[in-house]
Amino acid sequence: MSDLPTVPAARAKAPAPRRRRGRRVQVTGTDRVFLVLMVAIPTLLVLGWVWVPAIASVVLSFARWSGVGGLDTIHWIGAENYKNVFTNYPPFYPALRHNLIWLVFLFVLPTLFGIFLAVLLDRELRFTRFYQTAFFLPVVLSLALIGFIWQLLYSRDQGLLNGVLNTQIDWYGDSRWNLWAVLVAAGWKHAGYIMLLYLAGLKGVDPSLREAAAVDGASQVRAFFSVVLPVMRPINIIVIVVTVIESLRAFDIVWVINKGTNGLELISTLVTQNVVGEASRIGFGSALATIMLVISLVFITIFLSTVMRGERR
Amino acid sequence: MSRPRSESEYLARLTPPSVAAAGISRRGFLKGTLGAGAAVSLSSLLAACGGDDKGGGGGGSASQEVTFGSNQSDAVPKKAYADMLAASGLKVRVNTVEHEVFQQNINNYLQGNPDDVFTWFAGYRMRFFAAQGLAGDLSDIWSGLSGFTDAFKQASTGDDGKQYFVPLTTYPWALFYRKSLWEERGYQPPKTLDELVTLAKQMQKDGLTPIAFADKDGWPAMGTFDQLNLRINGYQFHVDLMAGKKAWDSAEVKKVFDTWRGLLPYHQKDALGREWQEAARSLLKKESGMYLLGMFVGQEFPKGKEQEDLDFFAFPEIDPSIGTGAIEAPIDGFMMRADPKNEEGAKQLLKYLGTAKAENTALKADPTVIGASSEADSASYTGLQKKAVEFIGSAESIAQFLDRDTRPDFAQTVMLPGIQTFLKNPNDVDGLTKSLESQKKSIFTS
Repeated sequence: MSDLPTVPAARAKAPAPRRRRGRRVQVTGTDRVFLVLMVAIPTLLVLGWVWVPAIASVVLSFARWSGVGGLDTIHWIGAENYKNVFTNYPPFYPALRHNLIWLVFLFVLPTLFGIFLAVLLDRELRFTRFYQTAFFLPVVLSLALIGFIWQLLYSRDQGLLNGVLNTQIDWYGDSRWNLWAVLVAAGWKHAGYIMLLYLAGLKGVDPSLREAAAVDGASQVRAFFSVVLPVMRPINIIVIVVTVIESLRAFDIVWVINKGTNGLELISTLVTQNVVGEASRIGFGSALATIMLVISLVFITIFLSTVMRGERR
Repeated sequence: MSRPRSESEYLARLTPPSVAAAGISRRGFLKGTLGAGAAVSLSSLLAACGGDDKGGGGGGSASQEVTFGSNQSDAVPKKAYADMLAASGLKVRVNTVEHEVFQQNINNYLQGNPDDVFTWFAGYRMRFFAAQGLAGDLSDIWSGLSGFTDAFKQASTGDDGKQYFVPLTTYPWALFYRKSLWEERGYQPPKTLDELVTLAKQMQKDGLTPIAFADKDGWPAMGTFDQLNLRINGYQFHVDLMAGKKAWDSAEVKKVFDTWRGLLPYHQKDALGREWQEAARSLLKKESGMYLLGMFVGQEFPKGKEQEDLDFFAFPEIDPSIGTGAIEAPIDGFMMRADPKNEEGAKQLLKYLGTAKAENTALKADPTVIGASSEADSASYTGLQKKAVEFIGSAESIAQFLDRDTRPDFAQTVMLPGIQTFLKNPNDVDGLTKSLESQKKSIFTS
């Protein structure tokens, strides 16, 4: 994402004066140096912070390296890390499953609920500011803190939930429940985020469109689905992208609860367990990270192709 | 691993567990991530930079400065270490790093520009660094050290038979209980597994949870595995198993898990959601009868009467031909950089750190560890500490701990989830051990 601004910036810089003066641009020496720097510095940053580590991870995923000793201690072992990930690493499939559940859950409940809230709040209810603030509040909190707040509800012995339901369930510790308990907590935050994004979009919809639909005799529901929703296409794409990103990068709430073990495995936590810290299974962890990259690429490709097709139209 | 190593570290944990976890581990994680980034992209560079510094190694004198890398970041042990180092009479510059960060970044630290002397633990990781040439040979110091038993010398020895480590403190793993509760109910420390089961049944009848248990962090249950393994298969098997020389799907290991399954009904339920502090408090509140843990369990007990009420016994005998001679007592201490800038000073400092005088200063910080040297002043010891001295002193062999005796990648990414899987589903021992062995093979080939 961070490389995006550089391209339009460079492009905007060059043609703008051309239009104004209507002839070939004379770039002076200092301007040229300045332009080169403007392009080169962000490019180097993107290369250094995004591309080099990403490519290094992919390369290292074909190696076995403990991180101790120089680069000559790296053993190249082909696809063995991948073979081990898929056939010889019990936490992998649960992690993959949990990431997918996370994605589907965020789409089905919090995202739709957030959109629903936005539509309601857009109708200028009384106290709408208060509701906006209340629903948006969890977005400001870090996921780690949210994990702790919900702990008060989920606690096995003192928690509100067990008190109300009169149960003895260990919501964070029992692997039958903890993923769903965490998803509810994460969804609490996500719904507020989506609500705000969507509300901003709804405010930008031209009211005359809705009036026209009303004049044509469309019901409120019909007007929303046939008129407002298509107009909101850019926001819809952003909402989808945000949801996908949120579910793939889910990490901190789970890490705070139990470091991604016992029913809360996610690919991101497995990468961390393998690469960071004393374990230093750098090749193996890189293979996991590469798998995560490939999954992300699928969504990024879909996103980019949709956006580009939309721009051409 | 977040085992507390000092009283103040324990005190820092009195904040609710989740808050503490959020603060400490998140910070640690972030720093760790930076470190890992450096590991991937900069490691060769670091090694190259380090090479320049290493040119001056081997020289120095006692009057010059010695650098000391410390993981004792909490206030009380930090002060105790400062006092201890000040009393050495040497010029020591201390470089303190937050405890968990120190451990996570040890690879980069040692390959970069480490301090002349640094804190570390006995066990596999110590031997590994020695074998990689990242630690200095301390054999000549050891010839001058007195007060360490053979077991400690063994624990300080690398694969090549030379010593690379100077111990400072240690603590035993055992079954802890409250004397007052046991006297009141007339319980006797069991000598055999059958007696343990009989006692546990009696405790259940009396409305107690027989064995407190917690494994949210993943490491405490490793202690139970180790105790059972040491009693069923003995010390040498433990060593070979941890070194990857024995099979995890062998009949011996299966027997450990099978025995454990037999004991699980007497363990506290829902252990995977509980931290050891909560389990320890159930022992304190006399809701549980006993608790298999390290002596740091005493940190949950208020000083004075409650702490004096704490007692322990060795895990009971399972196989008479194996006995109960093997115990677990992790050792903390010091290592030296392979090419210290001030070798003479570093060795002099280490020689001092191996004396009872240094230990006595350090021990003031934490009453749940004991000095590694038998010459450490035991007059100020609590009853628990005195018993620990006797317990460790009479042990035939001393293991460290599962995650200190084997490769960290195996302990963290295979055994930790593996044991949690067993606790969730204790019935599929065959499937579990097969998976452990196959993962072990993939890790130990490198």
